[in-house]
Amino acid sequence: MGGHLNINHLMFLGQGALWTIALSVIAPIGGGIVGFVIALARISPLKSVRIASGVYVQLIQGTPLLVILFLGYFGLAAIGLKVSSLTAAGASLTLYVAAYLGEIWRGCIQSVPKPQWEAAEGLALSRTQRMMKVILPQAIRIATPPTVGFMVQIVKNTSLASVVGFVELMRSGQIVNNSLFEPFAIYAIIAVTYFAMCYPLSLFSQKLERRMGRGRSNLAPA
Amino acid sequence: MQQNTPFSQPIVSLRDVQKSFGPLRVLDGVSFAVERGEVLALIGRSGSGKSTALRCIDRFEKVDGGEIVVCGHRVDRPDVDLRALRQDVGIVFQSYNLFPHLTIEQNITLAPCAVKGIAKSRAKDLARKVLAQVGLEEKLHAYPEQLSGGQQQRAAIARSLAMQPKVMLFDEVTSALDPELTAEVLKVIEQLAADGMTMVMVTHEMGFAKGIADRIVFMHRGKVHETGPASILTSPTTPELTQFVGTGNLKS
Repeated sequence: MGGHLNINHLMFLGQGALWTIALSVIAPIGGGIVGFVIALARISPLKSVRIASGVYVQLIQGTPLLVILFLGYFGLAAIGLKVSSLTAAGASLTLYVAAYLGEIWRGCIQSVPKPQWEAAEGLALSRTQRMMKVILPQAIRIATPPTVGFMVQIVKNTSLASVVGFVELMRSGQIVNNSLFEPFAIYAIIAVTYFAMCYPLSLFSQKLERRMGRGRSNLAPA
Repeated sequence: MQQNTPFSQPIVSLRDVQKSFGPLRVLDGVSFAVERGEVLALIGRSGSGKSTALRCIDRFEKVDGGEIVVCGHRVDRPDVDLRALRQDVGIVFQSYNLFPHLTIEQNITLAPCAVKGIAKSRAKDLARKVLAQVGLEEKLHAYPEQLSGGQQQRAAIARSLAMQPKVMLFDEVTSALDPELTAEVLKVIEQLAADGMTMVMVTHEMGFAKGIADRIVFMHRGKVHETGPASILTSPTTPELTQFVGTGNLKS
């Protein structure tokens, strides 16, 4: 028996929640940067680049995040790189998020109507100018709702980082429970905390989607 | 290598152009030329290859054989400088293809600023000038979605004009418009012709082709089947063209 849930336990859980938020910020930023490169690589004019990025996406999407986390933590240690659990979790999540965001964004870029490319080409814009000034501004509008929606998945998936010893919300819950042994109460607190983080994002995503729905007809003439 | 065309040479010339999509032979030895200031109308049934021929001029399609020279650019060669070619050639599409996230002014100034590097203020003056040419000065700050189809197409023509092309290509630019809006777009094209712009147009508006074109190229099964002045529409020599103009295409 470890006594009752007190303020120190809650503080400990709060600290874990902060680390969950930190991971939830690191993963989309790192994953967003790598994912943007993946998205561009997936539609590259060079076949080898398209294939390489496609293989990456398939490999990551076909592997459980749990396994990627283990590989990141123990795999890097096995080849002599001692990484902290934060680095391992951050890097693994980055690779994981990049594959998914890359695919989502590739789809958004390709959903900009082909005549838009042709019109830009007909005006003598270079490939980079076509991408930056014509295609991406339209693709970003399309991409925002699914991207925010995917963030909810990321927040929840950070809980898996507990397996590599990273003390985020989930792991801190386990630790508190080990001393108190009140699993239902503690995991209920954890669940509510995750929900409190995810729900605003879900609402935001829905709002964006509604706004997109209104504006959809504006996007493509013909 | 990419020299400007001497005066004696046509602006656009196609010689024995071949193009297949898979097993389908779309262009089967197409040849024609467009002189400076000339208006050429490409007509024919759907699938006759007229749009493909037009798109080959701006290299939206790569040809399998033959020779295409546009403003001195050897378009058939793989090493053609596409950006230089497309500064000389303006193209307007059936579906307008204005950029929906930009105002009309931004649509027009984008390429002159990004490609030719002209100053923003000069580009804005240019935008006002070309919009005046198509009668849309008041739409400078509107977004494409706020314009009617006819206005969008006129804005697309203005956008092309802002690059000061040596030749303009029109790919069925009125096919998505009702008769009234068609008329306002055709009026703009007529004015361009009167100003001496070299133009190649794929069109289904036979009355318009007859009124504006210096020369008609009638395409049939990937070949130039009959060609000549606009009068061939009223006195065709081949049975195919007779049938084509006789099927109610010659309205006005």
